[in-house]
Amino acid sequence: MEKGKGVMVGGRRWAVDFTDYSTSPSSRDIPDPPGFSRASQDQDDSTLSRQKKDAESNWKSQKAWEVAQAPFKNLLMMGFMMWMAGSTVHLFSIGITFSALLQPISALQGVGKVFEPYKDVKVDLLGPKLLFIALNLGGLALGVWKLNTLGLLPTHASDWVSSLPPAQEVEYSGGGIPIR
Amino acid sequence: MGNGMIRFFLVLLLFLSSAEYIFSLYEDQVGLMDWHQRYVGKVKHAVFHTQKTGRKRVAVSTEENVVALLDLRHGEIIWRHVLGANDAVDAVDIALGKYVITLSSEGSILRAWSLPDGQMVWGSFLQGSNLSKSLLSLPVNLKANKGNVILVFSKGCLHAVSSIDGEVLWEKDLSAESIEVQQIIRPLGSDMIYAVGFVGSSQFDAYQINAKNGELVKHKSADFPDGFYGDLLLVSSDILVSLDATRTSLVTIDFQKGEIIFKKTHVSDIVDESFGTAVLLPSELSGMFAVRFNTLLVFIKVTIEGKLEVVDKITNAAAVSDALSFSEGQQAFALVEHVDRKILLTMKLVHDWNSDLLKESIAMDLQRGMVQKVFINTYIRTDRSQGFRALIVMEDHSLLLLQQGEIVWSREEGLASVIDVTTSELPVEKKGILVVKVEQSLFEWLKGHVLKLKGTLMLAGPEDIAAIQGMRLKSSEKSKMTRDHNGFWKLLIVLTKAGKLYALHTGDGRVVWSLLLPSLRESGSCKRPTGLSVYQWQVPHHHAMDENPSVLVVGRCRPNWDAPVALSFVDTYTGKELKSMGLIHSCAQVIPLPFTDSTEQRLHLLIDAEKHAHLYPRTSEAIGILQHEFSNIYWYSVEADNGIIRGHVLTSNCIGMVDEYCFTSRELWSIVFPSESEKIIATATRKLNEVVHTQAKAIADQDVMYKYISKNLLFVATSAPKASGEFGMAQPEESCLVVYLIDTVTGRILHRMTHHGSQGPVHAVLSENWVVYHYFNLRAHRYEMSVMEIYDQSWVDNKDVWKLVVGKHNLTSPISLYSRPAVVTKSQSYFFTHSVKAIAVTSTAKGITSKQLLIGTIGDQVLALDKRYLDPRRSLDPTQAEKEEGIIPLTDSLPIIPQSYVTHALNVEGLRGIVTLPAKLESTTLVFAYGVDIFFTRIAPSRTYDSLTEDFSYALLLLTIVALIAAIFVTWIMSERKELQEKWT
Repeated sequence: MEKGKGVMVGGRRWAVDFTDYSTSPSSRDIPDPPGFSRASQDQDDSTLSRQKKDAESNWKSQKAWEVAQAPFKNLLMMGFMMWMAGSTVHLFSIGITFSALLQPISALQGVGKVFEPYKDVKVDLLGPKLLFIALNLGGLALGVWKLNTLGLLPTHASDWVSSLPPAQEVEYSGGGIPIR
Repeated sequence: MGNGMIRFFLVLLLFLSSAEYIFSLYEDQVGLMDWHQRYVGKVKHAVFHTQKTGRKRVAVSTEENVVALLDLRHGEIIWRHVLGANDAVDAVDIALGKYVITLSSEGSILRAWSLPDGQMVWGSFLQGSNLSKSLLSLPVNLKANKGNVILVFSKGCLHAVSSIDGEVLWEKDLSAESIEVQQIIRPLGSDMIYAVGFVGSSQFDAYQINAKNGELVKHKSADFPDGFYGDLLLVSSDILVSLDATRTSLVTIDFQKGEIIFKKTHVSDIVDESFGTAVLLPSELSGMFAVRFNTLLVFIKVTIEGKLEVVDKITNAAAVSDALSFSEGQQAFALVEHVDRKILLTMKLVHDWNSDLLKESIAMDLQRGMVQKVFINTYIRTDRSQGFRALIVMEDHSLLLLQQGEIVWSREEGLASVIDVTTSELPVEKKGILVVKVEQSLFEWLKGHVLKLKGTLMLAGPEDIAAIQGMRLKSSEKSKMTRDHNGFWKLLIVLTKAGKLYALHTGDGRVVWSLLLPSLRESGSCKRPTGLSVYQWQVPHHHAMDENPSVLVVGRCRPNWDAPVALSFVDTYTGKELKSMGLIHSCAQVIPLPFTDSTEQRLHLLIDAEKHAHLYPRTSEAIGILQHEFSNIYWYSVEADNGIIRGHVLTSNCIGMVDEYCFTSRELWSIVFPSESEKIIATATRKLNEVVHTQAKAIADQDVMYKYISKNLLFVATSAPKASGEFGMAQPEESCLVVYLIDTVTGRILHRMTHHGSQGPVHAVLSENWVVYHYFNLRAHRYEMSVMEIYDQSWVDNKDVWKLVVGKHNLTSPISLYSRPAVVTKSQSYFFTHSVKAIAVTSTAKGITSKQLLIGTIGDQVLALDKRYLDPRRSLDPTQAEKEEGIIPLTDSLPIIPQSYVTHALNVEGLRGIVTLPAKLESTTLVFAYGVDIFFTRIAPSRTYDSLTEDFSYALLLLTIVALIAAIFVTWIMSERKELQEKWT
């Protein structure tokens, strides 16, 4: 199942930066090739990079919203499967219910990680995060509701009294037909 | 079996597999957890059948109304018939060398059983009008046109019956003469029969009857003014001996001459000293007879002139056999004496007193008591000399065969008459013992496990399988004398009619120890002692662990209910009597109280005939405990004869007696049943040691019902007096069965219900909040079983979950029955095919496991029936929620599933009671059924959900684990590789 992990695949371990942002030729050992003017390029470069950055942050925030909405699809599917499973306790329904409970919990635990690749100064991640959390909480609620319909939650009086020992009697009486 | 780890796996396994529900056993599981012992009872009479060829056998009739044929070599039962409670065997004999003839039911039924296989060949009913002594005689060579003739005197009538087909050839009614016939005599070789007996107390009559046709030839009568006492004894073919009314003179009667001649001899004339009253021994010794004076046995010979001569006086004699004729018309009899710890068996020739044919002394277990009967038989030894074997019946009812100075075999026939059963735990295992044992049999142990492994991996051949089966059946685990983890091995403490206490090991049924209770033995002050019941006296646990557990045995000296009581306290580990108290007061009831003292001795109240309560143990600590709870102790008595139930409360110490352990009681309430319409026929109470897990019962849609669980609940069934007898005595209109549920503290009738057109006998069992009872429906002509459940309404308001969560409820606070809790009952009836001999319910350690009813059927089997079938909430069309709860759709009769017989293919002949005991394992109940036979097994009403079953496949489990571990390794290696590859690309 997709959990926004695809974005993180290929996360870099190390990198060599070949881009050179320095302006003075003295800092370099090798002289500039003939016909190369550093100044003329500078301006051009900065506008280009700004544009690129804007595009990236746009893309990031878009992606973050997408990731935040992903549990919704899950939610729908879960609901369908729960309906299929019925309300009797057996292997299938228990499996579904527990996966419905565990999945949102694990997703909630990993909220930070899910949105890590979209971290950016310009991107506001609060909105997507809140949506993500809300949807997962919805999933959790669905699971709990299912648990209750299966009768596995102690919400009735019978769940609390059936483990109580019987009350003691104050009086004691013995006897019967006289033994012959 | 199960330990924690395995149990976890089992839960997993159960969870994963939805196996079908089975109670039954596989064929190879028979004998693994059950054992069955077959008995015949105390032998009344034995007839040997030892022809020169073929098996040597002995036919016996017993006090448990059993006719049986035993193998003389090992003492096994070849065949056996239990004749029913009202069909007592009066006499047994062997006819024509192929039939065992029995006369039973006070002489009204004569049956012939085929000797080799025990099939009934014929049976005849003998008519007669009045009660009399029943006599059976099989004269030799008295031929009629159809085989030999059997002479039977019963019910005032003399019958001649053909031994071939049981046809009555002729009968002579002597009831008009009002004669009490004592003997049927047929002088050898003559066709005449003499019936001799008394008319009134002082007239002797002799009838001479033609044996061919039953015609009365001659009737002689003579008066003997001193009167007679007791029986007539035939000494020789024409001389009878009896005692006179004062029991101080012996009377010889010569009846074959022209006149009846009485000859009276005062005892003191022939026996020098006077020893008190005389008793004639019924042994038939030709030309001689034996008279007992207290401990002294005097043999008296009758000379040809009719004179009496004392032959010998023997002080320690215990029993004398009948005379047995062997080679050349010689006759011998056996005399058994007790000398120290041995018994002395002497064979004597009747005509030559001074020479002993045989004199053997045999060491005898003291716990077998005195010899009561001896039967003898001859055989030819390998050196062609005459040998004798003797079958002896001991005081504890056991049967032993003696031959050549040794006990060849013995049978514990006392166990055929169990009165009461209780249990005791085995000692806790001491660590050191086990290690030594294992080391000793390490090789055996290894071999066994290799075999078992072979078996589970299906590599075993047929002989290996046989070896494994043999090993399973007699595994040393089963006979261990220490407590086991599951609580399967216990000691069953069994009290028998002979006053003997046996401890049986539940693993294999062997007798661990036995004790002939001294307080229940016949003595001067205790003429006819009877054991009544046995209670757990001390069950040590927690702080009193170092003490041995003990039981209390209550007995009485006479069968009257106001006779003084005898108490014995017996250590259940050693089988020794700790102390005994005799002849204190009478005892009508024994009430074990729910309190124990600091040494874990349970307090008991014994109610005597004057309604005084006596407290035991007699210590000041016990008094202190009782005083503390004094006002809360009540007792009730059910007077079935008067139709009254009375409730009492303890008031104060007895007045006029200096006994601080004696308390008076005051009548508090009484329930009087109208005597013209209701007679108490059955009662039932809850077992004292029953454990109830919880009061609440969750029903469909998460609702709660509260069971009315009271230890003080009494079920009473009454029936119209007319209908309390046999079937057919009352019409359906005039018989009705009324059942009551009564609170025995306040006397309040909680519920009353009438079954019109029904009658007893009622068998009932009360457990938790329900009672199940079995009765006969006259209208439907069928047996019925009803269930009645009682629920408490006073708790119903506890519905607020939050209050329950924080514990703000009154559900566990002690309650008083004077608060008169509101109750509601539900009931339902079903047809049941069988008539019932006993009914019991399973009991488990914590009371969580569902219950099964154990029904002793008329066929002497024990049937397990799920309580779910007897549920008043069953309906024709249960809703989905009810189905989920496990409610079975209503049917008009209860199903009998052949696989649910816990006795499987066995019969517990003469079944009288079923006892259930909880094992330590919650799922398991131990069941002990007793009658003439005893049977023990353990059952799991909801299967063994807390341990692995016998057929659990350990091989599969092992294989799975190995496969899983392998899979873990493989995937680990694969993932390592993949990771490395990823790093390179």
